[in-house]
Amino acid sequence: MIRAEWTKLRTVRGWVAALAGGLLLIVAFSVAPGAGGTCDETCRLPTGPEGQEVTDAFRFVHRTLTGDGSITARVTSFTGERDAGPGRSEPGLVPWAKAGLIVKDGVRPGSSYAAVMLTGAHGVRMQHDYVHDVAGPTGPRTPRWLRLSRDGDTITAAVSDDGNRWRTVGTATPDLPSTVEVGLFVTSPQHAEVSTKVFGLSGASGGPSTATATFDHVGFEGTTAAGWRTQQIGGPSATSAVAGTDGAEEPRPGPPQPASRSSARDGVFTLTGNGDVAPAVSGANGLGFSVTRTLAGTFVGLVPLVVVGAMLVTAEYRRGLLAVTLAATPRRGRVLAAKAVVIGGVAAVLGVAGAALAVPLGTAVMRGNGLYVNAAPTSTVVRMVLGTGLLLALCAVFALAVGTVVRRGAVALTAVLGLTVLPYLLAMSVLPARVGDWVLAVTPAAAFAAQQSAVEYSFVDNLYVPSAGYFPLPPIGGLAVLLAWTVVAFTAALVLLGRRDVR
Amino acid sequence: MNIDVTDLSKRFGPTRALDGMTFGVRPGLVTGFVGPNGAGKSTTMRVILGLDAPDAGTALIGGRRYRDLRRPLRTLGSLLDAAAFHPGRSARNHLLWLAHSQGLGAARVDEVLALTGLTAVARKKAGGYSLGMRQRLGVAAALLGDPPTLLLDEPFNGMDPDGIIWMRGFLRSLAAEGRAVLVSSHLMGELQDTADHLVVVGRGRVLADTTMPALVAEHSSLERAYLSLTRGAVEFR
Repeated sequence: MIRAEWTKLRTVRGWVAALAGGLLLIVAFSVAPGAGGTCDETCRLPTGPEGQEVTDAFRFVHRTLTGDGSITARVTSFTGERDAGPGRSEPGLVPWAKAGLIVKDGVRPGSSYAAVMLTGAHGVRMQHDYVHDVAGPTGPRTPRWLRLSRDGDTITAAVSDDGNRWRTVGTATPDLPSTVEVGLFVTSPQHAEVSTKVFGLSGASGGPSTATATFDHVGFEGTTAAGWRTQQIGGPSATSAVAGTDGAEEPRPGPPQPASRSSARDGVFTLTGNGDVAPAVSGANGLGFSVTRTLAGTFVGLVPLVVVGAMLVTAEYRRGLLAVTLAATPRRGRVLAAKAVVIGGVAAVLGVAGAALAVPLGTAVMRGNGLYVNAAPTSTVVRMVLGTGLLLALCAVFALAVGTVVRRGAVALTAVLGLTVLPYLLAMSVLPARVGDWVLAVTPAAAFAAQQSAVEYSFVDNLYVPSAGYFPLPPIGGLAVLLAWTVVAFTAALVLLGRRDVR
Repeated sequence: MNIDVTDLSKRFGPTRALDGMTFGVRPGLVTGFVGPNGAGKSTTMRVILGLDAPDAGTALIGGRRYRDLRRPLRTLGSLLDAAAFHPGRSARNHLLWLAHSQGLGAARVDEVLALTGLTAVARKKAGGYSLGMRQRLGVAAALLGDPPTLLLDEPFNGMDPDGIIWMRGFLRSLAAEGRAVLVSSHLMGELQDTADHLVVVGRGRVLADTTMPALVAEHSSLERAYLSLTRGAVEFR
């Protein structure tokens, strides 16, 4: 029966052309000329110790520490300034502005570290190696005492209100050499906000920000080879350097960057920084685009697949051909299953082939256009490619099932496209973020989550919106939603096809 | 192999489509299945093929229900609707998928194409076929499994005189090979020189089930027999 259905599919020229067209559309969208950027080969993000791309930019006042030791400091003030539209700024810390102590494997961006810090709105945190985050006490921000100590491989972070009674925030064992750089750091990421009142992403606002923190009672225990030095690590370089700077920075062309500076007087250190020490994100607060963008043509390629999936049965209803099919195979469930295997299999192959072509081609084209494309691990790309195959296969079978239930091609197509392509398109364009997330969580379009490349981090501010490649459900969860719709529709199709007279 | 229809009943809403329909189709004979429009001919055939479910009664082919047949086209070949194909598919490909569904190959497809005189146009899109060619394609599909029983709904529809003559001879030869052939028509004249046996139906039940000579003997002609039998069983006259 599968062979018969396969023969049926391949002998209608229009269907074969439509299926090939679906594949072409997916690939064509990935190589279509898009927006340009100014990124060249030098535009790269560092890679963290656990393999992720990271942002590693902060103001650093540091000295070496060999072997065990500790650093203690009191943060007496922590303020910030952020962009408030063209040419204006307003006072205020962004939620994930950071000021605190850090122990780091040298000064190379992307190296291993552990840090304890105050944040703009998330209390005291201990973080290490970019992707690990532990929450400490919340409450009034300053003054607050922080301590970072090293005992062998273990880094312990502690916090105190008075410098006497200490409370451990957490411990970590990053892979550090015996001699490390320890010191004070301040940084402040790009801020991003979505106005919930405004329709669409036009309500999003954001821009650069800076943070300034004052440290006193800086205590150091351990063996060191040098005094305090100050330096901007990674990212936008400093525009000024004061007392104790290494003076190694060069002015950088382009738009003026927020100031990064530090000063030290009578044991009081004041640091101003911007940037972040965190995993890199895609979209508004990141440097680049996620690989997901190369698969932006999937929804267009989906249309012909859905059309053929529905036509496979509605065309038979329309011509009375279903009577011939069921006279040849009276076990109706088998006929439906054979159709599902054929169109599902074909859609899966086309989806995998289309995505396998679109990802590398699209990435190359975007890079050629001067856009930065966030790196994705091979396992993620494989999951995206296979996920695209599953997405198309399930949608095609869903269309077949709906077509069987409603028996009319136009009705089936309206329903299926209205439940898959339309929610995706709306969520990608005009829907407010929260509504878009809801739509992409409950409709069959949830399965587009299989194409997510970027990772969402709770401790990195960003606009985690579908258009930036962030879906509300995890890949498996999204596919499960589509699977559930498909199973329900297919069950209804089996029951109705089995029960109804064939007309 | 016989086709046995016993006490079939079926309603469509308030309409009684079948009302105790009972008759048999014997091997070696062409059985004509005649009656006015709406008499239940097509519904009976659809019930035999398992496409419509009867409210009561049975339809058996060689003692078995159609839906229990493993390769049904090898037991009962059927033509219900000559337009039932995808217009974009060639006749050969239409027969090819049908053959594949019965575990048959392309060789058998070419045989039935030759048998029905379609070889020359086999690779053309069936959507461009005349009604007569469509009937031939339908007959080819019915013969695909070389079945001992055949069921053809209005095979003369739309055929030109040459086609009608061909079809008559063809049906007779199928019966001569020992097959049981049931042919429906609402025009008596078409069956006059073809059928050995006649089942006349009206309003969902059998009005007469007799041999052609007996019917002609009783009434002076087939036309008259038909008119007198179906009087009162016709919806609009």
